[in-house]
Amino acid sequence: MKNENLYNYILGIADNSLILGQRLGELTGHGPSLETDIACTNISLDLFGQVRSYFQYAGKIAGDGRSEDDIAMLRKERDYKNVLLVEQPNTNFAYTIGRQFLFDAYHLAFLKELQKSPDLTLSAIANKCVKEVSYHERFSSDWVRRLGDGTEESREKMQEAINDLWMYTDELFHQTDADKEVVEQGIGVDVTRLKDTYYNYVGEVLEEATLVVPESKYFHKGGKNGIHTEHLGYILAELQYMQRAYPNMEW
Amino acid sequence: MSEEQIRSLERNFNERIERDEKIEPKDWMPEKYRKTHIRQISQHAHSEIVGMLPEGNWITRAPSLRRKVALLAKVQDEAGHGLYLYSACETLGVSRDELYEQLHTGKAKYSSIFNYPALTWADMGAIGWLVDGAAIINQVPLCNTSYGPYARAMIRVCKEESFHQRQGFEIMLKLANGTPEQKEMAQDALNRWWWPSLMMLGPTDDKSVHTEQSMKWKLKRKTNDELRQQFIDQTVPQADVLGLTIPDPDLKWNEERQSYDFGEIDWDEFWQVVKGHGPMNKERMKARVGAWERGTWVRDAAMAHAEKKQARKEKQVV
Amino acid sequence: MATKNWPLWEIFVRSKNGLEHRHFGSLHAADAEMALENARDVYTRRNEGVSIWVVESKHITASNPENNGELFEPAQDKVYRHPTFYDVPDEVKHM
Repeated sequence: MKNENLYNYILGIADNSLILGQRLGELTGHGPSLETDIACTNISLDLFGQVRSYFQYAGKIAGDGRSEDDIAMLRKERDYKNVLLVEQPNTNFAYTIGRQFLFDAYHLAFLKELQKSPDLTLSAIANKCVKEVSYHERFSSDWVRRLGDGTEESREKMQEAINDLWMYTDELFHQTDADKEVVEQGIGVDVTRLKDTYYNYVGEVLEEATLVVPESKYFHKGGKNGIHTEHLGYILAELQYMQRAYPNMEW
Repeated sequence: MSEEQIRSLERNFNERIERDEKIEPKDWMPEKYRKTHIRQISQHAHSEIVGMLPEGNWITRAPSLRRKVALLAKVQDEAGHGLYLYSACETLGVSRDELYEQLHTGKAKYSSIFNYPALTWADMGAIGWLVDGAAIINQVPLCNTSYGPYARAMIRVCKEESFHQRQGFEIMLKLANGTPEQKEMAQDALNRWWWPSLMMLGPTDDKSVHTEQSMKWKLKRKTNDELRQQFIDQTVPQADVLGLTIPDPDLKWNEERQSYDFGEIDWDEFWQVVKGHGPMNKERMKARVGAWERGTWVRDAAMAHAEKKQARKEKQVV
Repeated sequence: MATKNWPLWEIFVRSKNGLEHRHFGSLHAADAEMALENARDVYTRRNEGVSIWVVESKHITASNPENNGELFEPAQDKVYRHPTFYDVPDEVKHM
């Protein structure tokens, strides 16, 4: 492939939306209230819409006729490049919200930078996504405040979720070799530069939510290089089931 | 109020309905009208949200991204429709939580069809094509029903639902025109969903308890048997387009009636499923009750937070 | 803690600028912000709106239909409030 670094770079962005969308999709019909259910499904729909734009573009770059579905559903475990954070399960609503917020805060900052990319397709996708993700971030940060500054039980649950998910946040600011290449070309976003603002902002929201910012300095990583938690295998088992069981068919 | 007065109010009320006037929430209405409406509208709402479950379980497994977003949007619409209908029901003086309580304790019913399992991807096609098809036949006349909030909710529901049946048919069409394995999958889904879809239109007229009163109140414009015939007559040609066979050896065009004759429906199965013995009754309720109970602390937290916020605001003003 | 239900809110949506807000329906939410967000997700999924108002249902005071006679019927015979009440010669156009 001529532009393999860019291809991989795009997959790195899109896989986050794909896996998070898939996680939210699990919740449809099982939310804590009808209204919240509808809201989470909306976020999932936004994310899958983004995935399709990215993969259609990636397919074009690959130039060998691979479709958005081939890219989404026919890779092996080690070829998915999403961060570990987004594959974490819906243990309870606090985990769902915590995962969403910790990702949204990054995602929004990332897209704002990606809007400036000289790659016109990427900047156009970012332009569209940034509005959607602003809303996601508003939704998830509001819920972090609600659950944190709600009842004693909810504060405990929200704090526990943040504590458990915290160790997956640092990876958001890592770069793979492909990322570095694309950043050096001036097309990609240098995520290392988003880190301080991210932790400041997340800290503010947690404080408003009367939650404690975890002190742990030990972080997990690997997702961006295809080394995942055990959760991903199960997610892929469902995501890929039809394409694997009935190969080469149209749906 | 004297009996004479009530009779006069009732006469007046019935005349209004006959004149096609709408009844609005604060209007006087006979207690039976209120009760019947609470029962029917809430059943309808329950059916929407229980109906999310069989399809919801295929969201993570949809075969393509295009199908995945379409299915997500459809299941989400069902949540929306449940919400519109619960809201309409609440105008009759009952809260959504009370209605949930009735559902969760088995006091309230929902459409039995959702107690059948969705086993393959083709079931997403069959449910959209047949189940939504049968539902639309039931629902369109309700856009003109006598109770204003219900009629308005139904207008919204019908408008949004129009894509659901097409989505289902498109899934079936793709399968029917696909590989032999796909076509077989489509035929199998049709075989399993055909009879439950016919049952969905309700017991035969001689066994249906509510029809006459419901007709007067425009909760119903046609009888169950008429609706069923209409559904069969419009669906058989669609099955022909798909090249699929309706699993009824007695199905035959009747030139004289200009309608299809069809075979005996297994009403014993229908009543068993209604009574809770369907393949999925327990799982469906477990899923609904589980979601509600797991959500309790979340809903409580939101209320507690809202109250704290309000208190802080008031303090600032002082 | 005893469970308190989320209150009911009435939702008004402006479909596009130039039109008034219209009652779209209702929903449940713990507070006004949540009501706005829920209204956006529930009632404008198909691009139906450009502006949303939410009002907690309990704050709405409604007229009682029992008083409809005295409230609304007196307006029925005030024909002089309508332009057709007044005679204008045919030569006068566009009035």
